[in-house]
Amino acid sequence: MSLLEISNLSLSIYETEILHDVSLAIETGEIVAITGESGSGKSMTALATMQLLPKGAHTTGQIMLRGKDLTQLDEAALCKLRGNEVGMVFQEPMTALNPLHTIGRQVAEAIRIHNPALGRVEAETRAAKTLTRVGLPGDQFPLSRFPHELSGGQRQRVVIAMAIARHPRLLIADEPTTALDVTTQAQILDLLKTLAKEDGMGLLMITHDLAVVADMADRIVVMRQGEVVEQGETKHLLTHMTHPYTKMLFEASAHQVSLPEAPSPQPLLNVENVTRDYKLPRKTLFGAPGHFRAVNNVSFDLQRGERLGLVGESGCGKSALTRAILGLEQVQSGTITLNGAPVFTDTKPNLNVRRKMQVVFQDPYGSFNPRHRVDRLITEPFYLLPDPPAGAARAKAIDEALIAIGLSPADAQKYIHEFSGGQRQRIAIARALIIKPELILFDEAVSALDVSVRAQILDLLADLCEAYALSYLFISHDLSVVRTITDRVLVMKSGEIVEDGPTEDVFQSPRHPYTRDLIAAARMLPSVEQEHAHAHPG
Amino acid sequence: MRRNLIIGGTLCAVFILAALVSFFWTPYDHSVLDIPNKLQPPNGTHLLGTDHFGRDILSMIMVGARTSIAVALVAVGIGMGLGIPLGLWAAARSGSWLDELIMRGNDLVFAFPFLVIAILITAIFGAGAINAIIAIGIFNIPVFARITRGAALSLWQREFIMAARVAGKSAARISVEHILPNVTNLLIVQGTIQFSLGILAEAGLSYVGLGAQPPLPSWGRMLADAQTLVSISPHMALMPGFAIILTVLGLNLMGDGLRDYLDPRLRVART
Amino acid sequence: MLRYALKRLLSLVISLTVASLVIFFVIEVAPGDPASFMLGINAQPETLAALRAELGLDLSKGQRYLAWVGGLLSGDFGTSYTYRTPVADIIAQRLWVSLPLALYALALSTLIAFPAGIYAASRRGRAGDIGMMGATQLGVAVPNFWFAMMLVLIFAINLRWFAAGGFVGWDRGFWAGLHALTLPAVALALPQAAILARVMRSSLLDVLGEDFMRTARAKGLSARQALWRHGLRNALIPVLTIIGLQFSFLLAGSIIIEQVFYLPGLGRLVFQSISARDLIVVESVVMLLVFSVIVVNFIVDLAYAAVDPRLRLRT
Repeated sequence: MSLLEISNLSLSIYETEILHDVSLAIETGEIVAITGESGSGKSMTALATMQLLPKGAHTTGQIMLRGKDLTQLDEAALCKLRGNEVGMVFQEPMTALNPLHTIGRQVAEAIRIHNPALGRVEAETRAAKTLTRVGLPGDQFPLSRFPHELSGGQRQRVVIAMAIARHPRLLIADEPTTALDVTTQAQILDLLKTLAKEDGMGLLMITHDLAVVADMADRIVVMRQGEVVEQGETKHLLTHMTHPYTKMLFEASAHQVSLPEAPSPQPLLNVENVTRDYKLPRKTLFGAPGHFRAVNNVSFDLQRGERLGLVGESGCGKSALTRAILGLEQVQSGTITLNGAPVFTDTKPNLNVRRKMQVVFQDPYGSFNPRHRVDRLITEPFYLLPDPPAGAARAKAIDEALIAIGLSPADAQKYIHEFSGGQRQRIAIARALIIKPELILFDEAVSALDVSVRAQILDLLADLCEAYALSYLFISHDLSVVRTITDRVLVMKSGEIVEDGPTEDVFQSPRHPYTRDLIAAARMLPSVEQEHAHAHPG
Repeated sequence: MRRNLIIGGTLCAVFILAALVSFFWTPYDHSVLDIPNKLQPPNGTHLLGTDHFGRDILSMIMVGARTSIAVALVAVGIGMGLGIPLGLWAAARSGSWLDELIMRGNDLVFAFPFLVIAILITAIFGAGAINAIIAIGIFNIPVFARITRGAALSLWQREFIMAARVAGKSAARISVEHILPNVTNLLIVQGTIQFSLGILAEAGLSYVGLGAQPPLPSWGRMLADAQTLVSISPHMALMPGFAIILTVLGLNLMGDGLRDYLDPRLRVART
Repeated sequence: MLRYALKRLLSLVISLTVASLVIFFVIEVAPGDPASFMLGINAQPETLAALRAELGLDLSKGQRYLAWVGGLLSGDFGTSYTYRTPVADIIAQRLWVSLPLALYALALSTLIAFPAGIYAASRRGRAGDIGMMGATQLGVAVPNFWFAMMLVLIFAINLRWFAAGGFVGWDRGFWAGLHALTLPAVALALPQAAILARVMRSSLLDVLGEDFMRTARAKGLSARQALWRHGLRNALIPVLTIIGLQFSFLLAGSIIIEQVFYLPGLGRLVFQSISARDLIVVESVVMLLVFSVIVVNFIVDLAYAAVDPRLRLRT
């Protein structure tokens, strides 16, 4: 008998079918990963296992946990089960904890709810033990801490502590590291793996990250649009994929593009000794406000035709640097020049320089005014021009830009909500291209996209490099993307550039310890051929 | 879920229509005294009965709707006209001393409930419909400033605003071109709510004699007249009361309906 | 926590200062000479001069403002022109009606609104919720003074359970006083309760959608346990704001309700003073009302910190 056996599970919410005929099983002590792109139903499968489904959900099929069909249990029986036999870890550690209760109280609650006879003191002792197990020892992290006093990774550890406090047989982790930085991600994944092994738990991982899947899971389940397309033992599946979607998914994750040769170096952007401070709220009532140095004495050049990467974890100052380069915020010291002209003169941004730069943002949903049509959206940068094209010239520019990014001129009259995320990101690129800028900043521009869409956008960028000889600064936390789409890379940490060099050199032989940590922490997808050679039979 | 919108819209339409028709026609002249027919309960000739001077209550309610709607409309206009620009301005300069000044100013106005403002104004300038409008209007300013600022602040974080800034647009231009259109729905909904509060406020002020003065008819004063006679002729209190309740209910239902209708996020959630 | 309280206290002092300046200035810009305004056009020159001296009109504006504020701080609100007694005494006497009335109404409104809001939220979309929300929609639309008249008609005139108006005074005993204030308090409280119940419901519904509620359910809490242990306190934060605002509405509302029930409270005092053009009394009562609103909001700010640990840290 399997620990968990889901058979022929179908789920619809009101009239919309979310899951169709899903079957999978987890044995005791086994790590199973469900993977797939957004809308594949992988999270809903997890919630169905917890029987924590949204209103209007209707299921058919069976979810057997150690011989009990969860779909047939009443609410009281399910409450006894949740947190006791099945624990769950969620994606967003920042919001998964009650902000008003201490971490000790929240972990102790997970224990006492299933054992009301246990005294408060005893429950707290056990909570402290559990917190120590997940890497939050009581001397540094007393039970009296509130969630807002902890970092994202630490909060995720608290959530894990609550999930494992009762030593459940099955632990479900729904994208447990997606919201975390690379180095923290690695630690949390190791923790989950260790805990599963120590307690002999079955671990059901839900993740879109194939590198994580390949690295951790004993078995992989690939889902697409509510259906399981392929599943199997990890090593076997990696070498013998049968379904075209699985192949596409793995190929897209490891997608490489070939950039055209960069032209001979000729300085374009020059950043010299730039420092950017932000005011902090006053510490005392009448004291001077403190400062937070987001960017500390940063210098680098970007050559014409160069594709430069900027990597770093959240809070490293890359966004502040981006805003300074765009001339959106004034820097405290240092200069930023494009073609020798400063982006900021006195207190005003220099419009002559600004019209030579454009930016593509991360969020394909938030970066357009929902009330305007595409033609108006992508011509917004024309506002920078002294005499913007009008009439036929404007129409021609719109058509050209839309064709360049793979849409049709007819799309100009549509509203943004009529497009998918990938198409929106294409439109964002069209908006950046339309005034033929000398430099484009890509600010996490592919981070919010599914792998298959991301691969297409990367291809588009490579094509555009060919057609327009683009120069860009590609800002990202995703090392594998930066590796393929840039010639040179900067590594940023705590407001400083710690490493600067040709991309391949930096990845092959990082010099700075932080870069080494970063590259070690990032799980790279094993190349399928390589794995094939080492594959065990069966 | 358009039921709210339909019921609310119908109720509002009835009262607006009544106010408009009263300019040309009322069943009786609302100001003519007819002592022999005083205090008649609702009947065939006087549909809603007569008051203690024999005036036709239906006619008075129709003309009174004019006062209520006019006072509330102008007061909301004052609140929107000053509050929205202030809110946009504060959001565009968020965190600066200007933002601080605007928001603290708002707090201060909130510390004076509108009735207290009305008392101050009437104590100095005397009672009247105009002063009632000013009192209610002043109180509306921080309401609109606050709600505009709140919504605008979250919009300023959005990437499409960043894109507009990269396109070199000034804060004022961005506020008008990108922020304002995206907060309009919210402001329309709040507008109907403030409108209904305005009608309640006007009725209250007129009831205590700080609002519309005779001979200008008003629902609040009709209730004040009815108070001493409530045991003999309850219809004198009931009829204007129903007029106020139905109008305010209509506006609130319309506000709820508009919110559901205009907010695509909620519309999806309800289906 | 102490730093947070001190900061709020500073902002309270600033608010009060600015409010007093505004009130002083508004009375100051009153058209014409306050003394002749108060005495009317037929005043004798000597009475006028006496009143001017009494009001301190011969002093400069700055001196008068300081004298007024100094008086307020030491409990000397000046002397009423019409009553010929210290304003502080009159106000104190009236406050014994208005303040209990506002507190009674606030307590009633909270006691009605909390269960109603929680009930509706826990039954979202079902008949109980729809019925409750319909009732609150109606409650919000009813003017409190009209509702008061209806209460008088039903409970005082027809059923004779309560007196139709007036106030027996507290010396007849606590329960007699409370009985006399019951109809006015209900009239004040019900429309406010309708608003509060709506806020409570929507705030709870917002919290129910939060991630940590799902975490609580994943721990094994039932929906009801999650609601009581994790939902309520989080939902309370926006509700507190409304309770703070409601206090000012209740105070202001009691001004009107006192007219309906002929209660000798601050509201009637204000109207009597306005018609008697006794500006000193008006000025003091308005200042007192604004003072209580600001103080209540200060208490609400402190209550926030008690509920929300994130605020305790913020300086």
